[in-house]
Amino acid sequence: MSEYVAVLMFILAGAGIVLVTFFMARMLRPHNPYPQKDINYECAELPVGSSWIQFNNRFYIFALIFVIFDVEVIFLFPWAVAFGQLGLFALVEMVVFILILLFGLFYAWKKGVLKWV
Amino acid sequence: MTESADIGIVFWVLSFVILVSAFMVVSLKNIFHCALFLIMCLFSVAGIFVLLDAEFLAAAQVLIYVGAVAILMIFAIMLTSNLASRKIRQVNENVSVGVFVSVLFALASIILIAQTHIWHYKTDFTPVENSIVILGKYLMIQYVLPFEVVSILLLASLIGAIVLARKERS
Repeated sequence: MSEYVAVLMFILAGAGIVLVTFFMARMLRPHNPYPQKDINYECAELPVGSSWIQFNNRFYIFALIFVIFDVEVIFLFPWAVAFGQLGLFALVEMVVFILILLFGLFYAWKKGVLKWV
Repeated sequence: MTESADIGIVFWVLSFVILVSAFMVVSLKNIFHCALFLIMCLFSVAGIFVLLDAEFLAAAQVLIYVGAVAILMIFAIMLTSNLASRKIRQVNENVSVGVFVSVLFALASIILIAQTHIWHYKTDFTPVENSIVILGKYLMIQYVLPFEVVSILLLASLIGAIVLARKERS
């Protein structure tokens, strides 16, 4: 448990640096707002449209496939940690597990989902 | 018992963060900010898991819920046209029913918790060392069939996701 105190310290320090920086900047800067400061970037170039753009639809299917294989990783991890005490049978089980999921990847490949048109 | 007192403080802070961020999720007007607060809420839940010495569960929580599911939600928001910048109305239309159900649920929880011995739970309880090894052994020996069925389930959801997402595109 005590090793997580270090993690907690990192989280607190990370949040603290950002908060202190914003607070100091607010204390130090002069207060002079005008509309040009609110545009997305000040590069002497007027931006076209909003900064909330619609992203390409194709990202979504990759994200979906990623979630599936992320769950697979969760199952791989205890297997890998316990593998030294398990032997060949566990290897066969995991090969079956991965082969079944590989079929899904091949399905996606054959359907042309992985292709970035 | 100073250590347990410290853990108690961390627990209350985490619970406070979870409740506040969960309230933000259901009350903010920008759905993108709701998704960000959902990430904060799920991450704090991972912190609770760490407090309970369930490190694997905490890692799984961060990896799957924060790393994948919440990102998928943010993707879905960013991919839907103009949804991110639109102000949405988050008002419960059935306040009376909602309050009734909440009070009922809270009462049921309090009654159930009062019946257990959770408040005088032994604090000198020592968690199992190397619980991941034990988990892996159970997964490989005792629960082989559910383990393999999980891969079938994942395959089904993968194919289902592909079929749905492709139909939507064309």
